[in-house]
Amino acid sequence: MSEISQTKKNSVSKLFLYTLLTIAAFLSIFPFYWMFVMATNDNSAINSLPPAYIPGSELVTNFTNVINTIDFFGALGNSLIVSTITTTGVLFFCSLAGFAFAKFYFKGKNFFFIAILVTMMIPPQLGLIPQYYIITQLDWLNDLKAIIVPGLIDAFGIFWMRQYISSNVPDELVDAAKIDGCSNFRVYWNIAVPVIIPAFATLAIIKFMYIWNDFLWPLVVLREESSFTIQVALRGLIDNYVRDNGMILSGTFWATVPLIVVFLLLNRLFIQSLTEGAVKS
Amino acid sequence: MSQTNSRMEKQTMRKRVFLTEKKKEAVSAYIYISPFFILFAIFGLFPILFSFYLGFQKWNGLGSMEFAGFQNFKWILTDPIFWTSLTNTLIMWVLGTIPQLIIGIILAYALNSALIKMKSFFRVSVFMPYVTSTVAVAIVFGVMFNSQEFGLFNVIFSWFGIDAVSWSTSWWGVKIAISTMVFWRWVGYNTIIYLAGLQAIPHELYEAAQIDGATVRQKIQYITVPMLRPIIILTVFTSTIGALQLFTEPLIFIGRTYREEGITVVLYLYREAFANLSFGPASAAAIILFVIIIILSSINVWIANRLGR
Repeated sequence: MSEISQTKKNSVSKLFLYTLLTIAAFLSIFPFYWMFVMATNDNSAINSLPPAYIPGSELVTNFTNVINTIDFFGALGNSLIVSTITTTGVLFFCSLAGFAFAKFYFKGKNFFFIAILVTMMIPPQLGLIPQYYIITQLDWLNDLKAIIVPGLIDAFGIFWMRQYISSNVPDELVDAAKIDGCSNFRVYWNIAVPVIIPAFATLAIIKFMYIWNDFLWPLVVLREESSFTIQVALRGLIDNYVRDNGMILSGTFWATVPLIVVFLLLNRLFIQSLTEGAVKS
Repeated sequence: MSQTNSRMEKQTMRKRVFLTEKKKEAVSAYIYISPFFILFAIFGLFPILFSFYLGFQKWNGLGSMEFAGFQNFKWILTDPIFWTSLTNTLIMWVLGTIPQLIIGIILAYALNSALIKMKSFFRVSVFMPYVTSTVAVAIVFGVMFNSQEFGLFNVIFSWFGIDAVSWSTSWWGVKIAISTMVFWRWVGYNTIIYLAGLQAIPHELYEAAQIDGATVRQKIQYITVPMLRPIIILTVFTSTIGALQLFTEPLIFIGRTYREEGITVVLYLYREAFANLSFGPASAAAIILFVIIIILSSINVWIANRLGR
C-alpha cells in the first residue's frame, strides 16, 4: 500500500469522524440555544409558522412573567440550601464511616460493609409510600428537613470514601498519630481529611447534582410553594391553563444556567467525577 | 535482671494500653458508622418492610388498615392500565436504551481516534445534557414535541413533506418523545464512560491487528467490543434500572392526565398512591416493580455474560 493512499484514507476517515462529532455536539448544544431563543421571544412568535429561530427582545418580559407565576428565587434558594446542607453532611458522615471501615478494626466490619453495599441495590421507589407516611408523622411535610435528612443516607459515598482512604491514607501515618496521643477523631480530622480532598470533590459533585436535580421525592413531600425546590417549582410553570411557552422556557433556561456555568468552569473535574463514580461502583 | 523485669513490665503495660486502645478504636468505629445505620433503619429499612406489609392491607393513609390478603395484587394484576404501564415502560426502555448505547460506543470510538483534535470541546458538549435536570429536559423537549404544526419537530418533518404528528396523544408519538428525552440526556454520559473504557485498552492490540491487516470493523468486533464488555454490562445494567424507574419525563410531558399512552410503572404507582390515595395497591405495585427489576437485572447480566463469550 502506498503512502499516498494511506494519507488519503486517513483524511477521509478524519472527515467522517469530524462530521459525526460535530453533529453530536450540535445536537447536544442546540436545545440550550433553542431554550434561549424561546426565552427571548413572545408566545405569538413562538407559536407561528415558521417559529422564531433567533433570539428576540422579550428576555425581561418573559422572566418577569416567570417571577409573577412562581417564587423563582425562593425555589432557587431552597434548592441551594437543600443541596449544600445535604452534600456537606454526606461528605462528613461518609468520610467518617469510610475512615472507620478503612483504618479501624472492629467486630462485624465485613458484615456491616456488605450490608451497606446491599442497600445500594434496592430501588428507591420500594419504600416511597411508608417514607411519605413517616414524613407526615414527623410533621416534616413542606419542610426542607424531609429532603435533607433522608438524603444523608449514601451507601455509595461510604463505599467511595473507604476505597479512597484505604489506598491514599498510609497506615503508618495513622499509627504514628495514635502513638503521639491523637484521639481517633483527631486522627480522622488532622490526618485523613487533608489527604482525601480530591475524593471530597468527586463525591460533592455527584451528590450536589443528584439532590439539585431530584424530582420525585421533593414532589411527594413538598406541597406548599414556599418549600418548593427549583425542580418542583418549574413544574408549576407548565401547570397553567394558558401555556405561555416563552415564559415556561425562560424559567427553565434560568434555572438551568447556574449548574451549566459551574459545569463549564470545572468541566474536567465534573466529567471525571461523574463517570469515575459510576464505573467504580 | 532488674532491667529485664522492667522491660517485661513495660511490655505488659504497652499490651494493656494497646488492648484498651483497640477497644476504644472499635467504639469509635461503631459511632462513626452508626449515622448511616440509624438513618437507614428509619428511612430505608422500615419503609421497605412496611411496604411489604402495606401490600396486603387496605388503607387510604388516614383511617385504620384492613387486612386484604392478596386482593391488592389481584387488583393490580387485573388492571389493564397496569399492564399498559408495564408495556409502555418496556417499550421506552428499548427505544431509549439501545440506540443510546450503540451511538455512545460509536461516539466514544470517534472521540478516541488519534485523528481528532479539539477533543475536550466535543467531550464537554456531549456531556452537557447530563448536567441538565430531568425536569428541564422534559420541559424543553415537551415544547419541541408540541403537537401543533409550529412544534419544532413537526416543522422539521414538514421540510420532508411529512404531516404533523400529535406527539402528546398518539401511541407511538408519546413513547418516541419520551425516549428521545432519555436518549438526549444520557447518550453523552455513556459516551464518556465508554471512552474511559476504550482508553484502558492497550494500544498494542490494535497495532498487532493493523499488521495482520484487520479492517476497522474487525478491530471493533474482535478487540474493542470484547475488551469493553465489563463497561457495556455496567451501562446496560444502569440504563435498564433507570428506564424501569422512568417517572419525571412522562409526568412532565403528559401532565396530570396520566394518559395511557405514556403512563409508566412508577407513574402508575405515584397515581395510585398520591392521586387516588390507594396506598395498598400502590404498595403492591411497588413490590411488583421490585420483582421485575430483580428479574430483568438478572436476565441482563446473564445475556451480557453469554454474548461476550
